[in-house]
Formats: sequence, C-alpha cells, structure tokens
Amino acid sequence: MADLSINFAGIRAPNPFWLASGPLTNTAYQVMKAFDEGWGGAVWKTVGEPIINVSSRLGSLDYGGRRMMGLNNIELISDRPIEENLAEIREVKRRYPHHAVIVSMMFEANPAVWRDMVHRVEDTGADGIELNFGCPHGMSERGMGSVVGQVPEYTERITRYAVEAASIPVIVKLTPNVTDIRAPGRAAVAGGAHALSLINTINSVMGVDLDTWRPIPDVDGRGSHGGYCGPAVKPIALHMLSSLYNDPRVTVPLCGIGGIETWRDAAEFLLLGAGVLQVCTAAMHYGFRIIHELTEGLNDYLDQRGIARVEDLVGQAAPRIGDWNDLRLSYSFQVVARIHADQCIGCNLCYIACDDGAHQCIERVPGETAPRVREEDCVGCNLCSLVCPVPGCIEMVPMEKGPVETWRMRERRLKTAP
Amino acid sequence: MAIPVDQPPQFAEVVPPLTPREAEEEALRCYYCYDAPCIKACPTNIDIPRFIHHIVTGDLKASARTILDANILGATCARICPTEALCEGHCVRTHDSRPVSIGRLQRVAMDYAMTQGVPALPPRPRHGSGRVAIVGAGPAGLGAAAELLRAGYQVEIFDRREEGGGLDTYGIVSYREPVAVSLFEVNMVRQLGAKMHLGETVDAPRIRALQRDFDAVIVAVGLGKVPRLAIPGEDLAGVYDALDFIEATKVGDFGAFPVGERVAVIGAGNTAVDAATCAKRLGASEVTIFYRRGEEAMSAYRYEYEFAKQDGIRYQWWAQPVAILGTQRVNAVRFSRTRVDGPVTSRSAPVQLVEGSEWTVPVDTVIRAVGQEKTLELWSALGCRVADGRVVVDPETYETSVAGIFAVGDCLARPGEATVVQAVEDGKRAARAIDRMLSEKSAR
Repeated sequence: MADLSINFAGIRAPNPFWLASGPLTNTAYQVMKAFDEGWGGAVWKTVGEPIINVSSRLGSLDYGGRRMMGLNNIELISDRPIEENLAEIREVKRRYPHHAVIVSMMFEANPAVWRDMVHRVEDTGADGIELNFGCPHGMSERGMGSVVGQVPEYTERITRYAVEAASIPVIVKLTPNVTDIRAPGRAAVAGGAHALSLINTINSVMGVDLDTWRPIPDVDGRGSHGGYCGPAVKPIALHMLSSLYNDPRVTVPLCGIGGIETWRDAAEFLLLGAGVLQVCTAAMHYGFRIIHELTEGLNDYLDQRGIARVEDLVGQAAPRIGDWNDLRLSYSFQVVARIHADQCIGCNLCYIACDDGAHQCIERVPGETAPRVREEDCVGCNLCSLVCPVPGCIEMVPMEKGPVETWRMRERRLKTAP
Repeated sequence: MAIPVDQPPQFAEVVPPLTPREAEEEALRCYYCYDAPCIKACPTNIDIPRFIHHIVTGDLKASARTILDANILGATCARICPTEALCEGHCVRTHDSRPVSIGRLQRVAMDYAMTQGVPALPPRPRHGSGRVAIVGAGPAGLGAAAELLRAGYQVEIFDRREEGGGLDTYGIVSYREPVAVSLFEVNMVRQLGAKMHLGETVDAPRIRALQRDFDAVIVAVGLGKVPRLAIPGEDLAGVYDALDFIEATKVGDFGAFPVGERVAVIGAGNTAVDAATCAKRLGASEVTIFYRRGEEAMSAYRYEYEFAKQDGIRYQWWAQPVAILGTQRVNAVRFSRTRVDGPVTSRSAPVQLVEGSEWTVPVDTVIRAVGQEKTLELWSALGCRVADGRVVVDPETYETSVAGIFAVGDCLARPGEATVVQAVEDGKRAARAIDRMLSEKSAR
C-alpha cells in the first residue's frame, strides 16, 4: 500500500483528495458524510456576507450520450449566515481532527473586515483558508471573485490583508479567466500566499434551447455568463497548473482543480505539479462514493510503479512542458504514422481525416482494407491515430532526422553564422 | 379480400422498436465510417452512416429522407432484410465489438416517417418524359415506380390483388412485418403520383397491349406457387401451399383458421419458418419442420432458425415425404429417411431415399414450403428468352430479349436468394435504364 497522505503547505490530510468549495461543501452534513466515505479534506463553500441566489443555476454540456462533460453554474457563495457556517465548521473539525478543513472566503476589499473574518475562521479550528478570487459570475459584478483575480494588484493587496491576519495557511484560488495565469499567481505569492489553487471556473454561456430560444440555464427567460467546469476543462487546468509549477517566481505549493473525475486525471495533475487535488463536478455528478475509486486507483497505480508515497509523484512530468521554442523542429525529429493493417477494421476514418483535415498523405489501396500512409509526405500530426477507433492500430513511429535543433537553437545558430 | 390491419396479439410484431434512449446509444456506436462497408453491402446503397448520424443529432426527418432516397421500401427492409448477411454483417464493429443494429435503427427513422409524416424526397434530375407501365405492385415494382416518378415520368401500376405491396403485404407473416407497414409504403408511392390499377389480372396479351400504350413496361410479377411434391394425397384437405397459408392468415379470420394440433411443414427455408411459427400462433401444439437434407444445408437465415427454435418448432432432418395419407382430410404423412451423395452442405447434391426406412407421422395439417416456381409460362407467352429457369435480362438495363419489356425482382433471383432489398434495387436500376432510354428518345 502506497502512502497517500500529504502535507500541503503545512496542512495534513489522509489523502490528496479534497472536495472543492461548492454546493457539495455547503453544510456539515455533507462534509462529514464525505469524510466518512473517505475524502481527505474539504474546502467549505465560500463564506461571505449572505447572498440571495436565483433559480435555475446549473447547465450541462452533454457529449456522446454522456451527461455533464461540462457543467456551468451561476450559483453564488454560501447563502447561509456566517455564524451558522462557522459553528458547523467548528463541529466538523472537532469530530474529524485528522481531515483537512479549509474555509473559502470572499469579502469586500476592506482590511478590517478581512482581519475580523480571518480571526473568526481561525477560531473554528479550521486548517487553512482559501481566498476565492475566482468565481466569474455574480459576485464579480460586485467587485469580488474573479475581478480580484484578474487584477494582480488587487490579488496581491487582498492576499496580504488575509495573510497578515492569519496564523494558518492561506491558499489563493485563481481564476483562469486571464491571459497569463502567472501574473495573478506571482501577485498572490508576492502578497504572501502560502499556496495557490487553480483553476476556478471558466466564464461561459452554456447554450440556447432550440425550442424556446431561452438560454441555458434559464432564469425566467434570461441567462448570464456562468462558471464552467467538469471533465471538459481539464486540459486548461493542466496548462495553467504546469505553467505555474514551472515558473521560478511561484515558489509555493499548488492545489490542482479542474475536471478531475478519475484516478487517472488525478495522477496527471499530480505529475504536472499539484500537491493536492480538489474535486467538485464528478462528486456532484455521482456522489461522494467516487472517492473509493479515486483512492484505490491511485494507490494501485503507485504500487504498480513501485512508488511509495503519493508526494513522490508531484511534478515529475512538469519539466517536460515548456516553451514551443524548445521543441525539436521537424527536420530534426518527427513521428510518422504507421497503420498496422492486421488490426485495421476498415472504417477509413484516418483516410478522410488526413485527406480533408490534414496533409493528404494517406491513400486507399484498391482491394485492401487498410489504407496506406505515404510516409515521405506524413508530417506526423497524429490526427489519423486520434480518429482511429482501434487502440494501437495506427502507431506514431519516432524518427531521428537530424541533429537536435529547436527554434531557439536555430535562431542562435543563424545569428552567429558568418 | 381486404386485409385487416389490426392483428390479434399473438401476431403482433415480435421485435420491439428501440426506445429513444436505446436508439441514441446504438446510433452512437456507429463509427461513421467513410465509404463504409455497410453501404456497399446494401443492395440499395443506403447511406447508413449518414442516416445513423442524423439519429444522433435528433433529426429523424433527415434520417428517414436519407433512407427513403435510396430505398422507398426502407420500412419493410428495416424489418425483414437479412442484415446479418448484408449491412450488419459488414459493419466494421463486427471486428471490435458487435455490429451496430442498423436494421433496428432504420426502423426508428421509418417509424418516425410512418407516424410523423414522410419527408419530401430530393427530386431526381429530369432528363426525359414518358409513360411507364409496371406490372406487379410488389417491392421491385414499387422500387421502380418511385424512381421513375421522382424523375418526372408518369407511372401506372397494375396488380392482380386488391392491395399493393405484393409479398410484403401478402407473404410476410405480420409478426415480422405488420401489414400497415407495407400499405404505408404502397401509399408513399401513390403519393409520389403513381396511378394504381389494383385487382386487375395482367396476362401476356394485356402486357402486349400495355406496350402499345406506354413507352416501357416493367414486369415485376415475383415468383409463383410453391411447387407440388408430386406424391400421393397432395390434394387432400388440410394440405397447403405455404404462401397461400400465410396469406390466409393475413386476409382472413385468424381464429377460424383450422390447423389442428399437429402440423408438418415440408422444407426448411425462411418461408418454412414463417409457416411453422404461424401455425404455432394459430394454436397448433406440435409443429415440425421436415427437411430432406441436414441442418448444414438449410437455407433459412440463422436468426430465422433461432426464432423457430425459440417458438418451440421441432426439426426433423433427413426426412422426405413419400405420401400424404387420409380419406378426405390429411391425417398422416409417410416419410422416408434420406441421404445425399456428396457434401452435406450442398443444396444440389442428389438426395437418395434410404430403403426400408419409412415411417408414418400422424398430422392434422401439411404445409408445403419447398421454394417457389418461376413464372415461366408468362415469359414464353411474351416471347422473352428464358435460360436456367429464369427470364434473361441485360445485366445493366434489365431489358428482356423483347425490346421495351423489362423484368425485375424475385423472378430474376437464384433459388433461395430472393430478397426484398435486391428487388427494390432491380426496380431502381431498370427505372434508370428506362430514364436513359427515354431521355435519348426525347433528345432526338
């Protein structure tokens, strides 16, 4: 059995799976039920001045017959009185001393308010604070949430309000609705953040009902931009996570969020630098019970690879992601598609994808099931192997074509050439 | 006799329609192959990936249009095509999973057209004009008619029966294909503009007369009676031609059809299965299919065979009737054991009776299901060349040796190989050949 326990910026938990701040961490009932199922921690739904919500609030992007490939919400932070939330947090922490309880907070940009609220939260025994600088809907129109995360100066300033008042770790949750995640990340670090978590939800409009022309979700015929999450956002989260992990100016641990549904997703986040993981949509979809598959799967993966501690996985693949300018150019290295005719089932999807959508280097052979790659014309784009429904039928074979040269190296060479 | 559309419960369609959810899931299993093998395996070349993709996007109207554009009898074919030998048998998913249920998905789109309305079909280019007579309102005739009507020709269809549809209406058991489905298809062709002359028997002199009044005549008369067994007792009451028997169950009063307790079906093809399962549904307790060869040579499709077994039909291989016994009505059949000289899988190896092996089986009804005769008298009366037991046609145009007379459908098929879907395609091809012929004529 691998050791799944973690110490994240000083916060300890029995495993790296925390519930993200959201509808599923709204009450003590939910958080305690989740801990009983096996979750390692939970970030309490954002505490702030109570708000009033609208209905309906969620919209789904379904794909290929499956529900909620993407989920969008226009629900605001907790609508319960602060005292009630704090009392329940205290009770949860009392009953579950070894689980991580983090309190998400969102308040106006007033240092006195932050000082007071941080002290009240600390008083519950919570293990950490997460600053919600991420929600892109509703609260952002009132000067909170993502509008803070989108302006590095605000991020730094409000982080500092919290950090100066706190004696427990402060995690800053970043919005992905920015051009370069490193700017708010660095600002939070400059403000004293002990860790960063990302990504919060992505601004989105889910769709239009084709019968009524009403937006989805629909609030009496009107809609608004909402926060998008779920499996569909994972690649965006992985990009932002790795770019922060690889940024030398971001020196704090990172908590990965965004589309984690299976242990495979979790392992990828860990490999790209997440020290702990937050899950929301998948647990909203299937319930807290998914934690069993997550922990078992991750444990089996670690065991199979002979890795003793989950923390040994963190960041292992991150150095492989960097600037395009550091990739070997195609005259130096490329992959070439090779179709294994014995596995081909004859769907011709590779042929039509290459012919219409790529580089016209797959041709059909009269009388034969499998198309053939004209290897000398193949640019190694991968498209054929991606559309092929048979795993392993189209192999992308690496080819050494010349001395190692990247764009950066090439530029340097041409500049120094006589 | 008019055909009642409402069938008693035991004659209700056996295969249930897919639920919308099942249809979506099944449609999503289609890989949407390019130049898909299923299309090539369909005699009418329905663009199967496209109609399935339309189902995925919730456009059943376009799905129905895609099917009907290629095959006006899509609703019949969705039910009775031997899909395991055609589209589904060639589905790429036979290699990595199980084939997509193309037939049942086709039925989803066709059920939509039947209940929600037939989509307008894309018009064909109009090259010429003229009038075409079609003799026979079965699958081949309807296939030809739809193609000609869409290309702008005037079409008149003649059929000796009171309803169109031919075999689909009269010869397919209703738990395979409800009568309403076939009549729906006839009506589609009527809506395309066909003028129907039903209840008119058309013989050779009449066809020659039609030749004078029309620019072309298509003869799509299908197959004839089940051949006689040429054994004593064949004319006793209670001995039926399988197709007459099936027809009687469709046009008449079901409960009143007297099959008795024990039924012997002679022959082991698809029609034999239909007759046997039909007899079972009419109350017979013991239905046995007798075949003079072994299981290996049986011509019934695998799913028909399975269906028969599930229905409790018994099989007696290597048994040939030598006499039907009874005074006025049949009460027994005398069989002889058989063997073949040659491979057991062959359907042409000579059958030998095993001497001294005879035995008698008491029965109340005998049903002959040993194939169908070709209508050779008609062809010789018309002067059309016949070879190998079939009328000879040009493989491209389907024109017979008599100019202006075209032959399509089951009358062209090799024994045991006739299918509705091929008949429709024959009709389409003859229609296109006539279009070419008449457009050349109008161009002159």
